[in-house]
Parts: sequence; structure tokens; C-alpha cells
Amino acid sequence: MKYLDEFRDPALARRLLDEIEQTVTRPWAIMEVCGGQTHSIIRHGIDQLLPDGVEFIHGPGCPVCVTPLEMIDQALEIAARPEVIFCSFGDMLRVPGSQHDLFQIRARGGDVRIVYSPLDAVRLAEANPQRQVVFFAVGFETTAPPNAMAVVLAHRLGLTNFSILVSHVLVPPAMTAILDSPVSRVQGFLAAGHVCTVMGTEEYDPIVARYEVPIVVTGFEPLDILDGVRRVVHLLETGESRLENAYARAVTPQGNRTAQAVLSDVFEVCDRSWRGIGIIPQSGYRLSDRYRDFDAGLRFGVAGLTVMESPLCRAGEVLQGLIKPHQCEAFGTTCTPRNPLGATMVSSEGACAAYYQFRRITPPSEVGSRG
Amino acid sequence: MADILEPLTWTCPVPLRDQERVVMGHGGGGKLSSELIEHLFLPAFGSQALAAAPRDSAVLDAGSTRLAFTTDSYVVQPLFFPGGCIGDLAVNGTVNDLAMSGAVPLALSTGFILEEGLQLEVLGRVAEAMGRAAKRAGVRLVTGDTKVVGHGSADGLYVNTSGVGIVAAGVELSPDAARPGDRVVLSGPIGEHGVAIMSVREGVEFGTRVDSDSAPLTELVLAMLAACPGGTGAGIRAMRDPTRGGLAGSLCEIAEASGVGVRLDEAAVPVPDAVEAACAFLGLDPLHVANEGKLVAFVDPTVVGDVVAAMRANELGRQACVIGTVTDEHPGMVVGRTAFGATRVIDRPLGEQLPRIC
Amino acid sequence: MCLGVPGRIVEIWEDRGTRMALVDFDGVTKDVCLAYLPEIAVGDYTIVHAGFGLTRVDEASARQTLALFAELGLLGEELGAGEGGAEGARSQRREEALP
Repeated sequence: MKYLDEFRDPALARRLLDEIEQTVTRPWAIMEVCGGQTHSIIRHGIDQLLPDGVEFIHGPGCPVCVTPLEMIDQALEIAARPEVIFCSFGDMLRVPGSQHDLFQIRARGGDVRIVYSPLDAVRLAEANPQRQVVFFAVGFETTAPPNAMAVVLAHRLGLTNFSILVSHVLVPPAMTAILDSPVSRVQGFLAAGHVCTVMGTEEYDPIVARYEVPIVVTGFEPLDILDGVRRVVHLLETGESRLENAYARAVTPQGNRTAQAVLSDVFEVCDRSWRGIGIIPQSGYRLSDRYRDFDAGLRFGVAGLTVMESPLCRAGEVLQGLIKPHQCEAFGTTCTPRNPLGATMVSSEGACAAYYQFRRITPPSEVGSRG
Repeated sequence: MADILEPLTWTCPVPLRDQERVVMGHGGGGKLSSELIEHLFLPAFGSQALAAAPRDSAVLDAGSTRLAFTTDSYVVQPLFFPGGCIGDLAVNGTVNDLAMSGAVPLALSTGFILEEGLQLEVLGRVAEAMGRAAKRAGVRLVTGDTKVVGHGSADGLYVNTSGVGIVAAGVELSPDAARPGDRVVLSGPIGEHGVAIMSVREGVEFGTRVDSDSAPLTELVLAMLAACPGGTGAGIRAMRDPTRGGLAGSLCEIAEASGVGVRLDEAAVPVPDAVEAACAFLGLDPLHVANEGKLVAFVDPTVVGDVVAAMRANELGRQACVIGTVTDEHPGMVVGRTAFGATRVIDRPLGEQLPRIC
Repeated sequence: MCLGVPGRIVEIWEDRGTRMALVDFDGVTKDVCLAYLPEIAVGDYTIVHAGFGLTRVDEASARQTLALFAELGLLGEELGAGEGGAEGARSQRREEALP
């Protein structure tokens, strides 16, 4: 058992699809919350295999897409400083700020480095005591524990030249915000499996109860996603609102308590602005008082920076499932992956880029009816 | 158009509007590199430029002989990696660019840019690797140049090789010659070179048994040409070695140049387990990862059986297989059929791929 | 978000007080931080994200899930032998689902 190939078996996929087809009697709109799931859906063409009417709405679960423009600009301002080594996951280098991106900062002499793990940034700080090492701490609950551990280790090592620019966001408040929207079309959720490895599933119980919406914790392989859809469709058809776990091999109800303890030590919950959506109350993390010294925004005095989004970009509506990417006037014309107006066109998980890259072949009419 | 830089430098896949400066992506072999050629070099070179379909080497008439001519610079970091070094890469890469025009390589030039302070022992090892690779490829290193730049101005050493080869009478390979109905043939498993390089790159290091596939493809190409009626490759339309930009890049380039669509059967593309695994945790697509000893050929269906059989009889083509077909639908575009029977558009990377967390 | 890949733990050690492991992803190995998995042991599988193991993969649960998938549709096939049976099961269920 390697936990990958087994969950990519086309024959078992057929069984799951048959089961979904036999269950469905009418159209349903299901949001996959996580960008990783969007990627898998598009990569394997799962959306094309579902019965007519069962539609994926691509959720806001991609840090590249939801990290607000002012945060990108803050990152660029810090990265341009000569004393700084600016470290980031590869994802964020492509994201355009209001003027530049991190690649251009590097072309102008900024020391921008890609790291695989935040611990690599801590090691860089140790190895370069005369430089300031700043790590761009983006992501959801899955990425928060690695980033928190970097701060804990830097603290333990007494590093005064390490800090993080925090733009962490949380999934449940975003789901709540979507459900609160009067125009939301979402009828059921595939919850983000890897977020739940850390946070468990318990925080979704109140959402299920309050909004009477089925939520199925779902993994990332093709069979995982089909099983998530199968379960949500079944719950929708039978009128049950319940929380189910379709990713039980990796997710327990209580989650990773060790990680949760470190998260609540290093971070505190705060309001966060989501690119394209706006401020969602209590939807993110910032450093707790105890670790505030590691806050790069404060250390470099960029925390006040604010900027405006492109007025043409309708990414917010896309992220909330209100329109399909191709229904935006800028889609494929003034906004392309080569020349993105909004972040959803940047990341390969971004709903707009995903549509652009993988669905150019499908006639728009068909895209509209399928999702 | 020959490769300019080494594969898989981290570069910019989504550059900004109003680009004012060179970013790494301009050397990445993707769309940015193409734009640089199209919008900067070709207009500047004017009528002196050979503005044909992008190809690995130019074919020039020299009296009654046709010469293939190409140049390529190598800036790979680190200089030594599993399965090879900058030296054999510099020989094999240029030999392969010639081979993709169906040429037998005649001679290579070697240009070195050395950083002040480089260990002579390192340079010696690189030079020896070049000598060995040239012997294996049956090509002579006939002229060269060495320059030294100040400490900090270069990353150890860079190598440029240019090569000339002779294209036999009757051999006509061109990236714009693919036709609907052609089969797409791949010579072996993909992604090994890129994964080998990444495994030793600072910040990403991982353990792997994957070696670079760097190898000279001339003999394989000659065997393919000989397997066709007349022995000069009639029925083989186009060939490409999928280096930077990977298999996806090569397929897209030929689809665009020929104005045809390519249907790729994704399940038929051999991907070694370790390449699949490395791509999984780095968040990369194996179709975008570089190769240095593979080729992809567009072949008439009537000769494809003979061509594949000839490839399999060659050491470098043992796992040759048909991975797709050419269609008149979706011209300029490569569409993959997934293992689940769905489809997706396969694009070439804009610049180059970045390890990602999401 | 959240690329997570399952890998098998090959070796565990302490690096200045931090639990680290060598994880094998089917032929590719990588150093991974196990600070959040104090109980996990060599031979176990973990899901790795950004260089950290975040959860232990439960084999029994995985097998159970796959067995469930394999059983799907079998009932219909037994009842009606092939396509017709599946069709029959479908229309029956659709009727049940209608209010």
C-alpha cells in the first residue's frame, strides 16, 4: 500500500461514477474548498465525468489566489531591501503585486530565494547572521504548523535576524462567509482534507448544524474526490445535512493536537482580508504577543500599506462561485496567465487559470452547463 | 532554435506586464524565451535572421552538401549531478540538436567562461567528461575559446558548444511538417534529467537513484531514418529532443509550427516511479520536466511500426512507444486523454516550473 | 492549497531537540520534520506538507475505503446481470428519492 496508485484506479473510479449517476436526480452545486482538489479535478478531468448537472464550484482554497494585494506589496517592499534574504514557497513568486512581482525584485538585485520548507529559511538565518532573513508565511491551516515551527525554532535558537510576514487564513470562516452570501449557489462542500489532518473535523459540526449543509471531508486523489462527490450527492438527495469523513485514512475527528497546541501558542486569530472577497472576521492568524518580535510587517514598518485591486477583475465573484471564470469580460482577453489581472489567473489551482489552461478546448456552452 | 540555457533554472512562469528587465524565465525555454526571440532578436536582426519555424538546428546549403548548424550554452548548477556533469551535457546537448535535423555531427567548438578562482581540478574533470562524451558521440572538438571573468561574475564555469553536422541527401525533418494521422513516438521514460538536477539543487535536495539521461541520440536517429523506405527517413516528419519545457513543450512547439492538434494518451507515456514521486512532492508535472537523452518523433502511420522496432533495437530506444496521434482538430494545441477517459489541455510552461506547496 | 504526499518513514533522529525523519516517497527520499508526530514510528506512512509530517496514514482505514469502492455497484450487477440491472437499480432509486 503506497496510498497513491491505489486511489487512482480507473476501474474503481467507474464504480464510484456509476453510483453517483444512480443517485443523482437533479442538479447540484458542490464546492471543493481546496485548490489542491481543484487541481486534481482538472488534472484528471473528473468534472467531465460527472453526470450532467452535478457541478463543481471551485472554492477559495489557494493562498496564491486569496493573499491580498497589499500583502504582496508588503512582501515586495521587504524583499527589495539590500539587507534582506526573502524566502518564499515557489507559488508566491509568480503573484503580481500592484507594480511588480518577486521575480522582478530579484531581477533588480533583491535576494529572493525559494524554499521547500520554512525550516530552510531558519537555516539560512543561522548561516547568514549579518543578513535579515524574512519568510513569507502564507497558507491555510495545513501550512500554519510548519510556519509556526519555524518561529518556535528561531526563538529557541535566539535568532534575531529571522522574521515572518504572516498572511495566514482559515477555512471555516471562509465557508461561513460563502454560506452567508445571499447569492451563494453552494449546496454542499468537499472540505479540504489536508486542513483537517491538522484541525480535525469538529469545527465543521456547527456549520453543518447552522446552515443545514452537507460537508464531506475529502482527500485529493481521483477516487477520494469521487467518493466525496458520491457522499455529498447522496446526502443532498436524501435531504440530510451531516458531516462525513471520506478521508479517514489521514483525518481524525480531533486532528493533530500537538500541532494545534503550537498554533495557539504562536498565532492568534484575527480578521483577514481575502483577495477578491474582502475582510472576513476572525478568518486568519497573526503572531501572538509572545512571538510578535518575529513579525516582519512590524520589523520593517510596512504593515500600513494599502492598495487597490484592478476594477476589471471579478475574481471575488469567481471565488464565491457566483460566476464562472469565462463569464468575466476580461477572461482570456485582457486577463491571461501570461498577463494576469487577478490572482485566480496566476496559480495553476486558481479557478481562472485552471479554466484557461485546461478548458480552452471545451466550447463555452459546454463549460457553462458542466462546471 | 537551439536551447540557450540549462534546463530547470528557477525562472519566471508568470512575468509582469511592462517587463523592463531580463528575468530568469527569459532563458527558461518556454513562452518567455519565444517572446524574446520573436519581439526582440528577430526584429533587431532584421533580414539577416533566418526566421523559419523554431528548430533545434538550422540547415544550410553549402554547395552540394547540407549542413546542420547549432549553438547552445550551458550554465547548469551544480556543475556535477547524478549521471553526468556540465561537460557531457554540453557535448550531448549540441550533438542532439544536430541529430534532430537528421544530421550526423561533424565537429563541435567549445567556449569556456571561467570564474576567477575556479579549481583547475574541477575544470579538468569537466574537460575529461567532454572528451569522453565526444568520443561516444563520434564527434570531434575542433576549436575553442577560453575567457576568465572576475570572482563573483560567473557561477564557476559556463560552457558554450556550437556544432556542425551533415544532413544526408533525402533526409527532410522539420517541425512544421507534422500531418493529421501521424503517430507520436517517444524514445523512452521522461523526466530523469530534470529530477536528477533538482535532487542536488540548493534548497530542494532530496535522495534519489535517478540519474540524468544525458546521451547522444545520433545512432538512434540514424537507425530510425534507415528503417524507413529508401533509408532516408521518408515518413518521419519531425523530431525534437524534449529538453527544457519537457515533453509538453516539444509537443506544443510542433503542434504550433505544423498547425495541427496533438492527442496525447497520458497513460502511454512512461514515467519512472521516482520521477513521478519527485514531481508529486514538488508539485510539478512530469510532462514539463527536462530530458537530455530522449526524442519525440512525428511519424507516418504506415512506417511507425518499423520505426519503433528499429528504436527498440537501439540501446537508447528500448522503451520506445507510441504516445499519441496528430489530428486536424484543435490546431496548435496538445490535448491529453487522462487515465479516466477525460481530456485536458497540455500547455508548455511559461518559463519554468517552481516547486509549490499548493 | 496544501500539497500533501504520503511517504514511508525510513529513519528517525533528533536534530538539536527537533524530531526529524528520512521519508521515502517511492524511490525519492527527503528529510522531514516530525515535530508534530511524537508517536509515529519507522515503517509508518505520513502525509508530508512543506517538509513536515502532519498525520499518520492509517492502513486499516485505507483498506476499508478501497474495499467499499470495490463493493459499489456489485449489488446491482448481481440482481440484474450487467447494464440492465444497473439501469433497473437506478430507476428504482430515483423513484425512492422523489418526494
